[in-house]
Amino acid sequence: MSQKIRVVIAKPGLDGHDRGAKVIARALRDAGMEVIYTGLRQTPEQIVNAALQEDADVIGLSILSGAHMHICPRVVELLKEKGLDDVQVVVGGIIPTQDVPKLNALGITGIFLPGTPMQNIVEFITGHARARV
Amino acid sequence: MKGVIHPPDTAKARWEREVLEPTLAKAPERTGPFTTISGREIDRLYTADDVVEIDAARDIGNPGEFPYVRGIHPTGYRGKLWTMRQFAGFGTPEETNQRYKDLIAAGGTGLSVAFDLPTLMGRDPDHPLCLGEVGKCGVNITSLADMERLFDGISLADITTSMTINSPAPMIFAMYLVVAEKQGADWSKISGTIQNDILKEFIAQKEYIFPPRPSMRLITDIFSFCAREVPKWNTISVSGYHIREAGSTALQELAFTLRDGLEYVQYGVDAGLDVDDFVPRISFFFNSHSDFFEEIAKYRAARKLWAEAMKNRFGAKNPRSWQLRFHTQTAGVSLTAQQPYNNVVRTALQALAAVLGGTNSLHTNSLDEALALPTKETATIALRTQQIIAHESGVTNVVDPLGGSYFIEKLTRDMELGTLKYWETIDAMGGMVEAVELGYPQKEIAESSYQFQQAVERREKVIVGVNEFVQTDEKPIEILYIDDSTAETQLGRLAELKRTRDNDRVQRALDGLRAAARGRDNTMPPLLECVRAYATVGEMCDALREVWGEYEEVPVI
Repeated sequence: MSQKIRVVIAKPGLDGHDRGAKVIARALRDAGMEVIYTGLRQTPEQIVNAALQEDADVIGLSILSGAHMHICPRVVELLKEKGLDDVQVVVGGIIPTQDVPKLNALGITGIFLPGTPMQNIVEFITGHARARV
Repeated sequence: MKGVIHPPDTAKARWEREVLEPTLAKAPERTGPFTTISGREIDRLYTADDVVEIDAARDIGNPGEFPYVRGIHPTGYRGKLWTMRQFAGFGTPEETNQRYKDLIAAGGTGLSVAFDLPTLMGRDPDHPLCLGEVGKCGVNITSLADMERLFDGISLADITTSMTINSPAPMIFAMYLVVAEKQGADWSKISGTIQNDILKEFIAQKEYIFPPRPSMRLITDIFSFCAREVPKWNTISVSGYHIREAGSTALQELAFTLRDGLEYVQYGVDAGLDVDDFVPRISFFFNSHSDFFEEIAKYRAARKLWAEAMKNRFGAKNPRSWQLRFHTQTAGVSLTAQQPYNNVVRTALQALAAVLGGTNSLHTNSLDEALALPTKETATIALRTQQIIAHESGVTNVVDPLGGSYFIEKLTRDMELGTLKYWETIDAMGGMVEAVELGYPQKEIAESSYQFQQAVERREKVIVGVNEFVQTDEKPIEILYIDDSTAETQLGRLAELKRTRDNDRVQRALDGLRAAARGRDNTMPPLLECVRAYATVGEMCDALREVWGEYEEVPVI
């Protein structure tokens, strides 16, 4: 029997615009995943700790404020430190196209801009979540 | 008549039987659903039979007369056009100051300040949570020194300024007053607006600092301070914009926003103020979304609901207390990252709806805002959009051109009745503060936003370029890219400030603020002293955090 994919959805930084994070959280839950929503204003440390405690396969970051080039590298770095390299990080929000290659270089390939169909996100996560042993 | 949609003997029923049905038998309609963007069913035709319960003289009236459905000015836009107020701010105070000077040179008629997230959250740039946020979504203001840079060369006696600031509104407003004072401007003559609407922060935008009750007290402190000292200042802009952007329907935007307004009036009255002393300075801020007629009906209903509530619920006697004035911004959430030039068209239609609904001021979004903050070029197109509506379309020649339309009047009436129903629910909870604490409006909005997203996924709601008419060979457009130099500049300035100011005076001023917060004295005078001593936004907010604590929400999905 296959286990449910476990996803931590997080809002890092100071921004409070949580419409996207909440809609995604619900859509992933409806798609059969186990979703943990951290709430607002989480530091990278808090997010990675949540992933550790929740045994997450995927971390979804919702960032609209322009702080992604500070937050994403830090989350990836902390995951490495904790030996959680296999946790897939995906990002949704306002991401200028010139930052996409830089995020890809960090190993973040799931980058979802405004207007991305939910189904694409569900499929990406299903295809990229770490294999559960 | 209520409850019966089409009695068999109406003219509409006859038309449906004799004209419509034979046509439908031959040529059925598209599958629909024929609903507004808020999911409200729309009939194919509205006739006199749909508005029989509306008494034109009593329920609609004329412009400039109670209940102001048709507008608060007898001359509409023939007297004065709406204020073209473009929201702008990014980077350092100097960069934003230059953008303001450009907007004024391009014919903008009022300023509107966008602050960055550290400022909005009452944090100095050296706080760990500000990593990557300084100057990104707006201008960074740390102390009075930054406010002086922001308005350098701009005479505050001659322009009106709107400032989108909520939790730290008293601190930023105090800075504005001190800059005005230093310029030699008379507080009793300057005008402008602070958003200062904390309820919609708890409900939708989530940029809150202190718990609801002390937050409400800061607001009533501003009401009473301004009634005495800054009588032309608009002390609050009760905002539906963010409620709508968070995913509410048009009706929820209207109902929650006006109910927030009633809450502020009630708290003002409870604080011992006379309704007519502060309500005339309350203004509103609505969204203009893509569903054209629904938006127009929303604005018309808003004026009537407010006028009646002020008169009947609060016994206001001054007509200025009855008149709802509002700013509108086109719907940022409707803009698409795909085929961004289409956003100019969306914004133009939304702006036209706001104008046909009688907005008093307007911000039009720029085409690149699903990607970044606007460039100078796209911000100019956005302003030109308003100028084309104002000077080329002809819609400003006549007051409330859609008044009397069966459809518009029926929609307006339904907006009104729907709002009253929401108010009953919220009143039964004890008021909006209590409803917020229960998570009620938050839950309603989360549900609506999910329903809308589902409708988009099913393609019941078409978004051109996103779920239909998709183009795969798009070239990226040039966008405004904000680097991290602002953070360095502002961090350097903060350190310099702390070295050069009179730190003993700062500490004494902060102690005075804490004392006022613990007691019942108005917090504005001690805040003005803090500002004059060059205390930072973070220091002033921290002083209040020590006394009142911080709010943490229980997230509702």
